[in-house]
Amino acid sequence: MYPEYMIPSLEKVAQSRNKRFELAKSGKPVFPPMSAEEREDVLTKFHPDYKSESRRKIRLGPNKGELITTEVADMLESHARIKPELFDLSSPDYETDILIIGGGGAGTAAAIIAAQKGVQSIISTKLRLGDANSMMSQGGMQAAITPQDSPTRHYLDAMGGGHFDNKPELVRALTEDGPDVVKWLEDLGVVWDKNEDGSMQVLHGGGTSRKRMASCRDYTGAIILRTLMDEVRNLPDKITVLEFMPIVELIMDSKGRCAGGVLYNIETEEYFTVKAKATIIATGGYGRLHIRGFDTTNHYGATGDGLVMAYRAGAKLMYMDSVQYHPTGSVFPEQIAGFLITEKIRGAGGQPLNIDGELFVFPREPRDVESSAIIRECVQHKKGITTPSGRVGVWLDSPLIEMLQGEGYIQKQFPAMLRQFIRYGIDITEEPMLVFPSLHYQNGGIEINAECESNIPGLYVAGEASGGVHGRNRLMGNSVLDYNVFGIRAGKSATRYVKTVKLGKLTLEHVKDYEQALKKSKIKTDRIAPVLLPSYTPEDVRKRQLTACYEGTLR
Amino acid sequence: MATKKAAKKTPKKQTKPKAKVKPKAKAKKVKPEEKMFTIFIMGKAHKVPADATIMGAIEYAGYLIKRGAGCREGFCGACATVYRLPGDYKIYTGLACTTLVEDGMWLTQLPVIPGQRAIYDLDKLVPNVATIQKLYPEVFRCVACNTCTKACPQDLEVMDYIQAAKRGDLEQLMDLSFDCICCGLCAIRCPAEIVQYNVGLLGKRLYGKYLSKKSPELKKRLKEVKSKKFDKEYKEMMTMKKDKLKKKYYARDLES
Ligand SMILES: Cc1cc2nc3c(=O)[nH]c(=O)nc-3n(C[C@H](O)[C@H](O)[C@H](O)COP(=O)(O)OP(=O)(O)OC[C@H]3O[C@@H](n4cnc5c(N)ncnc54)[C@H](O)[C@@H]3O)c2cc1C
Ligand code: SF4
Ligand code: SF4
Ligand code: FES
Repeated sequence: MYPEYMIPSLEKVAQSRNKRFELAKSGKPVFPPMSAEEREDVLTKFHPDYKSESRRKIRLGPNKGELITTEVADMLESHARIKPELFDLSSPDYETDILIIGGGGAGTAAAIIAAQKGVQSIISTKLRLGDANSMMSQGGMQAAITPQDSPTRHYLDAMGGGHFDNKPELVRALTEDGPDVVKWLEDLGVVWDKNEDGSMQVLHGGGTSRKRMASCRDYTGAIILRTLMDEVRNLPDKITVLEFMPIVELIMDSKGRCAGGVLYNIETEEYFTVKAKATIIATGGYGRLHIRGFDTTNHYGATGDGLVMAYRAGAKLMYMDSVQYHPTGSVFPEQIAGFLITEKIRGAGGQPLNIDGELFVFPREPRDVESSAIIRECVQHKKGITTPSGRVGVWLDSPLIEMLQGEGYIQKQFPAMLRQFIRYGIDITEEPMLVFPSLHYQNGGIEINAECESNIPGLYVAGEASGGVHGRNRLMGNSVLDYNVFGIRAGKSATRYVKTVKLGKLTLEHVKDYEQALKKSKIKTDRIAPVLLPSYTPEDVRKRQLTACYEGTLR
Repeated sequence: MATKKAAKKTPKKQTKPKAKVKPKAKAKKVKPEEKMFTIFIMGKAHKVPADATIMGAIEYAGYLIKRGAGCREGFCGACATVYRLPGDYKIYTGLACTTLVEDGMWLTQLPVIPGQRAIYDLDKLVPNVATIQKLYPEVFRCVACNTCTKACPQDLEVMDYIQAAKRGDLEQLMDLSFDCICCGLCAIRCPAEIVQYNVGLLGKRLYGKYLSKKSPELKKRLKEVKSKKFDKEYKEMMTMKKDKLKKKYYARDLES
């Protein structure tokens, strides 16, 4: 239920609704989309990335001297969790063909592909299998599957969304493999939303010029990932899943190739070593670093671990200066602050409105542009709505969807959203939601090529942990596609590679070297990474934990 | 339970929302005027903000959650919680990440839910009742007590989907279990020892692979991709100067 003081504004929203409905129905743009210059302007003035303190130069490692998101630079310039000299690498605790780090979409897809080709793998995952951002995607997956669309059109949309900084070969792989992924998933048993004739139901997303968002109601990620997980569990002879056992460091061999990793059992606090012919990093994103103090849509374990492990081993990062804020995170009620309101809401006709019930931006600009426009409306135009706890946001008019798409549409297509709000007495079929940008996606990551190879032999990367696919701004629906396309590709590439490689002596020298480099660069810090989990322990509890020993955020 | 469907949109087992709340990320102890509740976490009393979620309250009380939190938004089912309320004999179930605390609530999270799961080769299955019979014979032990439905934090008609499984109605099994987040709360309460969510998963996969109508458009597109139809256009765009590509992008038409 909204507090009383918001009612006049809610009334304005209701009053303007009919007119907005007429315009939307006419098929004309409901608001003029921005030109290239207008986009540039709103981005530089209002996007959080453009604040001077948002980025700083990294002082060591493969990207030394480059500007990087401050919180990420802090994480990269930190100490390892382990002391390399404590490990006897001559008798590893586990041996396998492929070590897959991360049990989300990219990791499970890679494992299935490898298993189908007879190759053994271990999936190390921090929480349970499937506790991942992949489980949470609601809106859908892009793939050019309609007659009026084409993979090349998808390519153009993705390049434009990424401000033309995307690596072309990766975008081609992404868009050209898209239709195949739809089929691959359906063959595994994913239940896509379909029209009567069996064709795929598709909607618009931000920055799409054709409707190409395929979905599974608003549980797209849950349906896809649960299907992949289920398949992983059907292949126990080939895939070993180690839950609550994150990797905290990569292991290299004497010839500079990646050769496995160090596992940490977060429950018993034991460490184990894994020797693997190839390693795939599929650790996802970093929302739980709470960059710029933003709330996040991400799962509990999204702490960017893959980045720091790979960086210590010498992997090059790309576009780590850009952060994606999802335009519509929830700001009210407070208990669900930061939670994602899927972009599909705008795809289906939902509109962002200011305190006067007016549209102030085309609802489907690329994410960074849309987010910046919302921030501008609140900060500069002062037309946001302030919540009781002092957050500010704009309305996202969902009742309009029922008018445009027919009554019952929200119940059928957005059951998760409906549930999320009804718990707090807000019925989104009748009232709008209150939203503000929320920390959502790691645009950049470890640089890869179309075979998912990093610059380190034997080290592959797929999914949100990788960089280059989306340039500096990902479009909605392209990362579910990303983790499938590149999860599959990583599985294939690693499978080919393990058939030829003969590993040399295992080593953790690179961890020692990095420690030396920290010293040489005169970096003094007590930070420890990988972070593994964020800390939500209140300050005064911490003060009373007189004998507790913290390793970074972990006790 | 006839009223259940109609009541779908009303909050279940929840108190009314309160206006003021503690911040979600980076929990801080609250101002003195904030309303507090006493709750019992694994039997131990803690004072927590009255408008916290169970997950927020557990962290507020000083626990570091390792098991029992995944997505923190109601999608992953990692945070199954069982609780009782004062003066009430009932056992309640909920998700720690989305359920608000109530005064006197007595709760524990379930770190894991043991559940049997059949191993199968989907390619070799037939989408019919015999498959259910073979893989999950316990489904036929369902006594239609409806405990599972009452336990479900997603308000799903769990019993009905198990009944659908019994009849081999895979479409209904798929439809009714679609929003299942595999929290396991139904399974832990079921007197027939059925693992409902795994049956639901099987039903969805069988439906998706064998029963959903296939897209003729998709088939056509796959052929086009295979025959390298887009190769030339890709090559053109991949080597195009940024300015030219930009122009092309801003000039593209939008499907309404
Ligand atoms: C709420 C939400 C909604 C979204 N909606 C959409 C959408 O509609 N469409 C779309 O295209 N995209 C969407 N996205 C983005 C998309 O879901 C993710 O980018 C994508 O799923 C990432 O997949 P992944 O496999 O790379 O990473 P994840 O799925 O996050 O998997 C990473 C896994 O690695 C594990 N891990 C992390 N560190 C370690 C370690 N040190 N050792 C071992 N394991 C580790 C994690 O616990 C996790 O299991 C959404 C994201 C969120 C958060
Ligand atoms: S059906 Fe069972 S496992 Fe699925 S959400 Fe409901 S209670 Fe949880
Ligand atoms: S709890 Fe078990 S026995 Fe009771 S209705 Fe549900 S499935 Fe059947
Ligand atoms: S933590 Fe994922 S459902 Fe609660």
